[in-house]
Amino acid sequence: MKYLHLVWAALMRSKTRTLLTLLSVLAAFLLFGLLDSVRVAFNAGGSVAGANRMVTMSRLSITQMLPYSLDAQLRAVPGVKKAAYAAWFGGIYRDPKNFFANFSVSPDYLDLYPEFQLPASQKKAWLADQRGAIVGEALAKQFGWKVGDTIPLQATIFPTRGSNDWSFTLRGIYKVADPKQKAQERVLFFHWKYFDEANDYVKGRVGWWVVEPTSAGAAARVAKAIDALSANSDHETKTQSEAAFNQSFAKQFADIGLIVSAIMGAVFFTLLLLTGNTMAQAVRERIPELAVLKTIGFSNRSVLWLVLAESVLLVVLGGTLGMLLAAAIVPAVSAASGGMVQLPGLLGQTWASGIALMVAIGLVVGLLPALRGMRLNIVDALAGR
Amino acid sequence: MMRFASGLLTVLLLALLLAIWIALPWQGVLALALAIALWLGLTRSGRLAREAAKIGIAGLPQRWGASSVVVVGIAGVVGVLVAMLAMAEGFKATLDSTGDARTAIILRGGSQAETNSVITRDQAPLIASLPGIARGADGQALASPELSQVVNLPTRADGTDANVQFRGVGPAGWAIRPQLKIVEGRRFTPGLREIVVGRGAQRQFRGLEVGRSLKLANQQWTVVGVFEAKDSHDSELWTDADVLGPAYQRNAFQSVTVKLDGASGFRQLKAALAADPRLKLDVLTTRDYYGRQSQALTKLIRILGTVIGAIMAIGAVFGALNSMYAAVAGRAREIATLRALGFRGLPVVTAVMLETMLLALLGGVLGAAIAWVLFNGYTVSTLGQNFSQVVFQFKVSPALAWTGLKWALGIGLVGGLLPALRAARLPVTEALRAA
Repeated sequence: MKYLHLVWAALMRSKTRTLLTLLSVLAAFLLFGLLDSVRVAFNAGGSVAGANRMVTMSRLSITQMLPYSLDAQLRAVPGVKKAAYAAWFGGIYRDPKNFFANFSVSPDYLDLYPEFQLPASQKKAWLADQRGAIVGEALAKQFGWKVGDTIPLQATIFPTRGSNDWSFTLRGIYKVADPKQKAQERVLFFHWKYFDEANDYVKGRVGWWVVEPTSAGAAARVAKAIDALSANSDHETKTQSEAAFNQSFAKQFADIGLIVSAIMGAVFFTLLLLTGNTMAQAVRERIPELAVLKTIGFSNRSVLWLVLAESVLLVVLGGTLGMLLAAAIVPAVSAASGGMVQLPGLLGQTWASGIALMVAIGLVVGLLPALRGMRLNIVDALAGR
Repeated sequence: MMRFASGLLTVLLLALLLAIWIALPWQGVLALALAIALWLGLTRSGRLAREAAKIGIAGLPQRWGASSVVVVGIAGVVGVLVAMLAMAEGFKATLDSTGDARTAIILRGGSQAETNSVITRDQAPLIASLPGIARGADGQALASPELSQVVNLPTRADGTDANVQFRGVGPAGWAIRPQLKIVEGRRFTPGLREIVVGRGAQRQFRGLEVGRSLKLANQQWTVVGVFEAKDSHDSELWTDADVLGPAYQRNAFQSVTVKLDGASGFRQLKAALAADPRLKLDVLTTRDYYGRQSQALTKLIRILGTVIGAIMAIGAVFGALNSMYAAVAGRAREIATLRALGFRGLPVVTAVMLETMLLALLGGVLGAAIAWVLFNGYTVSTLGQNFSQVVFQFKVSPALAWTGLKWALGIGLVGGLLPALRAARLPVTEALRAA
């Protein structure tokens, strides 16, 4: 620590060079922060703390609906603590560009999702209104909806009385506290009972069930028992954990993890070369100075550490600034997109891997110049040989 | 104060130059290159600049470390940019080529996509009798009532289930899509549980070889052929609509695809549909239908690619600045000697710029080449609008490589100009005395 001013002075020796290197490190880690935040948002479906929910859906096809009659049987399966059902609606609000998920659910649906915080009075109002709907806060903000508003939806699959126009009354706005799960606030829920009565096509059909087993250990057994209910019928089911379902869905879009690592690989490779070259140059220029340091009693080892500290400091400084910038930009992106994109911000894990990367890159690029500095022969260096 | 003002002026000039450069079409670039070449070849100051540049370029191998930083940095930017844009291009090309203006798709009013649509059995013959639909050799209307189901198949990559479109087509389905060629085996026999699979689907999913049987909807189906269409149908499995429907307890169809009769066919068909109160249906040319499906994702990938490319480019600019400042500082004596010999500002600036641009061009070519080698024809799939996989290939086109090169030269321009100006302003006497 006592050598900090020495390291600092070395960095400030060529201000332009340090500044330019700092800025390229900054750009690299800005990109890292942004991309990692996208990756986290994309893979967030996989893990909800403390939830071991399962999804039961048609084995044939995700678009195939299941008979409502399965409901009572499913709830009676030993090991099922809670269960609720839902059906995809696929309505459009004004313009297909305003896409958000909307589906009809059973009245007890929210019991399975304690992370959706809906004020008790609003919940009561929603349950009492057959044509009532609730939406997440992000969605309400995006369209400026208030409790009591009428929300018209254009049906794409299910007409009602020959027309595609459905309308709902907003009865509640729920919040999701976990920043990783903010995308869950872009959903509209309404009553399955209303859906069942009002749509022209399907009667007594449900899209999927959400099931909570009594314990995580019972999950596999319960899944098997549920699927056995409909075995060899024309509506066989497939029960899997919600995390597995979400992840397989996200993965089908694209392997975001792979794309992000490929891009960051290219970025960091370039960065290594760039800062490596800068450090080599910085040490080359300072060879006589390093020799003087050694002459006045600095050990080989401390010279090594001085140079290493310099490169690590440079990368960590630039990297931290870059990630701070990313942390500032991410919420702005979410805001600018009008709620379409919900990025969770920079989380602890992103910071941790970012800082680990900074130190590693700093050490790698500093190593060769540092070894050179350590092995300096004082006489040769001072003589300029 | 003067220094600050001139610095500000340089930055403004740079921004202006960059804006012009990005907007410049290739003819403009060609004209610019020609003008510079003429100037270098014909005028006195041009010849001086050429000589000065020769000296700098001859010294490049000695500074290979710093030079390679510029090249690799720019290659990285161009490589990532071109790869991302190639992904967008490939997706768009696949969906665009699926549709054309000579065929149309009919869906239930307001349903947007096939998955959402329902066409009842009694509507299908009504549609086939409408004007504007071409007729085949046997006098039958070329209209194929179709139905598709999303089924799960294990991917070749890791065996996880992915959604695949399983399409049932009518007898006219083949005649409507002449681009579809059977490349292995034969067509399915109507009425039997036989499947033909798209080339893309076969590459992406397990167990689709000709002769294999697979279980879908609790029934055994046999793969009897493979077709190639070079469009999004390549990601599908095909069978007879009248076999697929009962297997999934579907009484109704989802869409009707028709061959249009001549240039006015679409107008006639649309008018006829609007006039018939029994048919509350939408009709779109397949070009519009598939083109619309690619729009959102293509736009998203393009924006992402450009933003990522831009951030990387900023990083690369600083890298290039660093290297070129170092190069100028390292050659301070050399440059001062040139200036003492009578080389004026412009040739010196041009020399440094030419050197940077050369490195940038090298980086751009390298990056585009890497993107081409690694990604051209690289097959991936994503979830399309019907909840099912669309298989497509990255497409590194010359136009994209050109975009990449333009970015490379733009980075070179920014990274080279400031160091070049410093070289031209170096106080001759001091620089000669130094070191």
